[in-house]
Amino acid sequence: MTAIHVLTATARLAPVQALAAARCESDCALEARQLSVYYGAFRAVKDVSLKIQRQKITALIGPSGCGKSTFLRALNRMNDLIPGSRTEGEVIFEGCNIYAPGVDPVEVRRRIGMVFQKPNPFPKSVYDNIAWAARINGFRGNMDDLVEQSLRQAALWDEVKDKLRQSALALSGGQQQRLCIARAIAIRPEIILMDEPASALDPIATLKIEDLMHELVKNYTIIIVTHNMQQAARVSDYTAFLMMDEDRAGYLVEYGPTDEVFTNPKDRRTEEYITGRFG
Amino acid sequence: MNTRYALIRGQRPSSSAQAALQRKPRWHEMAIQGFLFFCGALSILTTAGIVLILGRESWLFFRSPEVSLREFLGTTKWQPSIGQFGIWPLVNATMMTTFFALLVALPLGLCTAIYLSEYASERVRSSLKPVLELLAGIPTVVYGYFALTFVTPLLRGILGRDVVEIYNTASAGIVIGILILPLITSMAEDALNAVPRSLREASYALGATRLETAATIVLPAATSGVAAAIILAISRAVGETMIVAIAAGAGPAFTFNPFKAAETMTGHIVRISGGDLSYDSMDYNSLFAIGLVLFLITFALNIVSRWFVQRFREVYE
Repeated sequence: MTAIHVLTATARLAPVQALAAARCESDCALEARQLSVYYGAFRAVKDVSLKIQRQKITALIGPSGCGKSTFLRALNRMNDLIPGSRTEGEVIFEGCNIYAPGVDPVEVRRRIGMVFQKPNPFPKSVYDNIAWAARINGFRGNMDDLVEQSLRQAALWDEVKDKLRQSALALSGGQQQRLCIARAIAIRPEIILMDEPASALDPIATLKIEDLMHELVKNYTIIIVTHNMQQAARVSDYTAFLMMDEDRAGYLVEYGPTDEVFTNPKDRRTEEYITGRFG
Repeated sequence: MNTRYALIRGQRPSSSAQAALQRKPRWHEMAIQGFLFFCGALSILTTAGIVLILGRESWLFFRSPEVSLREFLGTTKWQPSIGQFGIWPLVNATMMTTFFALLVALPLGLCTAIYLSEYASERVRSSLKPVLELLAGIPTVVYGYFALTFVTPLLRGILGRDVVEIYNTASAGIVIGILILPLITSMAEDALNAVPRSLREASYALGATRLETAATIVLPAATSGVAAAIILAISRAVGETMIVAIAAGAGPAFTFNPFKAAETMTGHIVRISGGDLSYDSMDYNSLFAIGLVLFLITFALNIVSRWFVQRFREVYE
């Protein structure tokens, strides 16, 4: 089943389709329904509906300013922290709308982690960056083991095992970013959102992050925003292409398996973007 | 422009180009630079002048046979009329008022700063900040009488009239605390605001609450600025004069009881110098010695503050 079909399966379901939708529900980690995000009067994201597949990498691509980062941040309620922002529509996570009244955004963010464009380790030691994250999430257990395990999963252990007590700010940019990933997975989220995680890094560090994503996707669902189409093609299983309309509001143009979107796009605009005719 | 490219390519510039590259004096640029240098130099010269005067008069004081540095720093009685010059009663009173000031201003100021920078909406901020700044604009003489006619009766009402004297260091200290509250608040808030947004986002994205973010990420990251704010506030409290002159007491007393009258260094200076004081007398010179000690305390605090800022400043990358 292609994801485009998944998209249309949200409403007006005939019984057979409902069955198909129910089956897909188990593969579906997160679903945006008619999601719109406003900053004040400005609408940054317009009616995006999208089903994210479990334990796959989904890439969001599109020209700059098309709202893909805003959309990503709406998936774990990070936009709540921006004064004047407002979200409409639903994000279904484990059968529950995370924007429903009574849902605690803190809990949402514990389950849906995030890695940012610029590495943002805390000005603490390498060890404490991870231990802090675990501790505030109520981790009781062997902290040393957890730190080592998280760093190993983030493919950083060998490089930092002798500098655990040193400031995280002394690491290189690529190492800092992997530390941020280690920190994110230390709290065992179900989904990891990555907002252009490699755009501030050099090509080798970028490659390491991409390899790491391939490892992580065995256990996690990953959604990545990238403006680098080669990266989207290299790492992702599914690709969503967003564009902005004349009011600069971002909307979804096409969504499907990455192979199809890149080799045989259904929409002319997708094809033009991918072949570099604009954006 | 052409000349520049010519130089880059390694060609010989023509003679007209060479003339264009000649250094020409820019008079008004030089005049401005001179004026700015003068402004900077003036404040340094003033400071140097003050230190010089303080040092010279103190020198006269310590040189006299009636007093020795050991007595000055080693005894606890300050009675110039009978030739006793032990600085400790005055230093002790200053430390007590400062302690009470910090007792009020530190928790209140830090909490206000955290509230303003981490919790308050834009609307609350924009109405709370001007009020705080108003607090900073109240003349200290008003604060002094506020201490004497409001805080002291309040303390006496709570703790009993036989416990709290009319003049006491506690109420003066509490009001100094209110005086330095805006200083701590606004400087600490600046320091907290300077912590990059990305750190807060990292914290929230890991499922931290507002309190966890503020207390364990933002505040530690702002340590250097917050510490500098506190130290500068201490300097201000140590040097505060009017409030203690009005409310703390008029007579040196070596006591650790904050509800008894005692005179601080500044309070003593202002009281003695307000009366008839003959120039070049021991009393007169002793004031400069006290002034020098005050200066050294605030100077040391400033150095500690600078050291703090440099030692704990985080460079975010």
